[in-house]
Amino acid sequence: MSVVSDQPFDVVVVGGGVVGCAVALLLSHHRLKVALFEARNDVGAGTSKANTAILHTGFDATPGSVEARLVARGYELLRDYAPGAGIAVEPTGAVLVAWDDEQQAVLPKLAEKAAANGYVHTEIIDGNAVRELEPHLGPGATGGMVVPHEYIIDPWTTPLAFATEAVANGCELVTGFRVASARRSDDGTTELTAADGRVVRARFVVNAAGLYGDELHRAMGFDGFTVRPRRGELIVFDKFARSLLHRTLLPVPTSHTKGVLVAPTVFGNVMLGPTADDIDDKEATGSTRAGLDGLLAKGRRILPALLHEEVTAVYAGLRAATAHSDYQLSAHADAGYVCLGGIRSTGLTASMALAEEALEMLTGIGLTAARRPADELRPVHLTSLGEADDRPYQSGGSTVCHCERVTADEIVTAVTALVPAHDLDGLRRRTRAVAGRCQGFFCAAEVCALAARADGRSMQHWMGAS
Amino acid sequence: MSRPEVVIIGGGPSGLSAAIELRKRGVSRVTVLEREQQAGGIPRHTAHAGYGLRDLRRVTTGPRYAAALVRSAEKEGVDLRTGITVTSIADLPDGLKADAVVLATGVRERPRSARLVPGDRPAGIHTTGSLQQFVTLHHQNVGRRAVVVGAEHVSFSAVLTLAHAGCEVAALTTPHARHQTYAALAFAAAGRRRIPIRTGVDIAEIIGRTRVEAVVLTDGSRIECDTVVFTGDWIPDHELARTAGLAMLPVAKSPVIDSGMHTSQRGVFAIGNLVHPAETADICALDGRHVATAVLDWLTIGTWPEAVVPIEVEEPVAWASFDARGIAVRVSEIVTGQLRLTHAGEVQWISTEREWLPNRSITIPTTEMKASRFPYAGPRLRIDVIR
Ligand SMILES: Cc1cc2nc3c(=O)[nH]c(=O)nc-3n(C[C@H](O)[C@H](O)[C@H](O)COP(=O)(O)OP(=O)(O)OC[C@H]3O[C@@H](n4cnc5c(N)ncnc54)[C@H](O)[C@@H]3O)c2cc1C
Ligand SMILES: Cc1cc2nc3c(=O)[nH]c(=O)nc-3n(C[C@H](O)[C@H](O)[C@H](O)COP(=O)(O)OP(=O)(O)OC[C@H]3O[C@@H](n4cnc5c(N)ncnc54)[C@H](O)[C@@H]3O)c2cc1C
Repeated sequence: MSVVSDQPFDVVVVGGGVVGCAVALLLSHHRLKVALFEARNDVGAGTSKANTAILHTGFDATPGSVEARLVARGYELLRDYAPGAGIAVEPTGAVLVAWDDEQQAVLPKLAEKAAANGYVHTEIIDGNAVRELEPHLGPGATGGMVVPHEYIIDPWTTPLAFATEAVANGCELVTGFRVASARRSDDGTTELTAADGRVVRARFVVNAAGLYGDELHRAMGFDGFTVRPRRGELIVFDKFARSLLHRTLLPVPTSHTKGVLVAPTVFGNVMLGPTADDIDDKEATGSTRAGLDGLLAKGRRILPALLHEEVTAVYAGLRAATAHSDYQLSAHADAGYVCLGGIRSTGLTASMALAEEALEMLTGIGLTAARRPADELRPVHLTSLGEADDRPYQSGGSTVCHCERVTADEIVTAVTALVPAHDLDGLRRRTRAVAGRCQGFFCAAEVCALAARADGRSMQHWMGAS
Repeated sequence: MSRPEVVIIGGGPSGLSAAIELRKRGVSRVTVLEREQQAGGIPRHTAHAGYGLRDLRRVTTGPRYAAALVRSAEKEGVDLRTGITVTSIADLPDGLKADAVVLATGVRERPRSARLVPGDRPAGIHTTGSLQQFVTLHHQNVGRRAVVVGAEHVSFSAVLTLAHAGCEVAALTTPHARHQTYAALAFAAAGRRRIPIRTGVDIAEIIGRTRVEAVVLTDGSRIECDTVVFTGDWIPDHELARTAGLAMLPVAKSPVIDSGMHTSQRGVFAIGNLVHPAETADICALDGRHVATAVLDWLTIGTWPEAVVPIEVEEPVAWASFDARGIAVRVSEIVTGQLRLTHAGEVQWISTEREWLPNRSITIPTTEMKASRFPYAGPRLRIDVIR
């Protein structure tokens, strides 16, 4: 039995998604011994890497819900944090498009709902005005509602920046550690055991395990919610599609899903999706024929010209849906445990507010957390991957990945960073390398070779040989 | 234009050949801009023989062929600059001011995502391009058992590379009723190794969470494998062409050109696989020699066609463009009939009745046509098949 640390941690955060990373970051700003445990070999490699990357205002949340409150708060926190950390945000705004009278009739109710959520900037417009805003929209739009503050954000750099800053401030990041069981000891600590037998002790545990949050909750001795993954498939179109729209084109939401949208990405592409299918397998992030065909049919109606452009990528993400319509947050004093469960489709936006909430819940159950003075803290500034921001290739240096214009220096930096890339997918999220239209036709080999030279592992490792 | 400057973008067979020819014909300043660290283009990583037949009149391997072109370019005094990505032809790097620009940016294969193949997204998925770079340039093994998607020339090139890397090939797949390469190549690569060619099928799904484990075909059958190579299904690397606002062919997604390789924009020419996705390297090299005439006419007497418009095509003709030999044509399905070229309704050329294969290079040799019609441009040219 190997022990990760002799001394118990004050707080162990389980789950290195955007939520867990945000919690670790906030805790690292306090005089605490903090650790972040992640089952995979990298942070942000679960649901947090595969979403629609919108910084939501929360205009359509259920008024009075925990989610509504935390999305609104998280929006402000992340919007303000992002520029300094190198997380690209583009203030595109969104327009919700109605395609028939029934949908049109829903718009005033949505505006009221937005106002009840404290968001008062929506504006209902007619079909002509919608087409004026978005000339490439397909025929038949009857009207719309403008939501000027729905922004787009870089979903990959967000958890990475959080984790990097947390580590820079002393948080211990342990990857490849899947918490399998938990046992409360008499000394007031919890012993967490990994699948491989490694053990770690903590005075307080935060559950940020996303899709596996229910299982960890049970391992901690509690019950109350079950996660049923709701898969969302997405199609990313070529950068040539970017000029087809100015802002995110939202559908009128239903009770089941926010629906299929067309959104620009901060990387300069256009995204179509997501679908919403309830499934049982928490790792089933593949795409399906039916899913892709359904998306193309919707895309053809919303933005016909989109279908003339090439597809750059296809992916799917799993929302941690539960039988409850709200987040499942709870604090358990006896167990020294805080649960951030059921963070379904807004967790990227709400992440920093969830961190505040977690800290408050932790202090509520006995954690003493003194804020460290500002001069003791180390901020991070990662290189923005945003197409609208300055990119390293513009100041010289040969590109390795030509489609995304990634320089050799960026590759080397990503594999030698404080929170380094461990595989090609991690490298892609840190640099955009091999994420472009050729998907590695030109550069995959050179990118792997560079990474291997920089970190000493074999090229076979970087090629994903298992 | 006392000392005209020609800038060629792309240092593959077509770009290098254009540069060599222009220097030979006395253009004083010819610059080739290549984004890779080495010039030579795609042949640099195709280790097997099959290059140079029509331009160098000898058959050699890709890397030797690429090296030979680079050597002659250097010998002819071409200003060859590597490691430079051109992002706009209006704003060339190094402060270059061009009197003529030749686009020679080549093609790539559509990756799995662009083909919308569903399933998992594990490691072990390649295009021939990435496969050959891993194997030829970096001497890597790629896997133990592969499925090759496609059955055109390049698909068999992928089979040879896999064999060289010690990877068994479980099958090639094609949606068409037969393979689309020369019988000799199909035999040398696949037949002799008893590799089945699964016709009439596509890949329905890729299975494997971390590493490819199998593919499911559209006929429901399953093939165990740890590697999938997507071959062919070419798309021009047309980013610069489109960004510059050149008129484009909708299906080929290549810039519209005429027989002199003029594009819709004065002073801008386009050659190689950028304009006919995809021909063999020697044809691309001949394009490079061919374009020199029009470039010189432009530089010396300002010749430019009034309009550069696409050749009309009718299904099953997918697209038609020009190459150094004449008109490059592709059909979208296997079809038997007479291929016909008309100009203003008048038949210019007609083939005997035969079978035409998709993905297979078809050339209408303009040398066989009425000389009075040259140089041909697109207007009123039309190609169809009489069944
Ligand atoms: C299709 C789709 C679209 C979305 N669009 C948006 C959007 O536009 N805007 C927005 O704000 N949100 C959006 N979301 C929601 C957002 O992506 C999620 O809410 C957020 O990523 C959840 O983060 P997380 O950290 O809770 O979960 P995850 O990212 O899944 O992180 C949980 C981590 O915990 C780890 N883990 C699990 N169990 C254990 C264990 N036992 N031990 C150790 N580690 C463990 C996992 O490996 C994982 O890395 C979308 C989601 C989907 C699926
Ligand atoms: C796997 C494979 C096997 C093949 N096998 C054979 C064979 O056996 N025999 C044969 O004859 N042909 C073969 N071919 C075809 C042959 O390789 C091509 O026909 C030939 O390389 C095309 O020449 P090109 O000059 O048009 O383009 P390329 O060779 O693709 O060269 C284009 C060049 O432009 C550069 N470039 C692109 N954009 C920019 C930019 N913005 N700035 C600067 N530089 C840029 C690229 O880096 C590249 O070097 C094969 C092709 C492939 C993919």
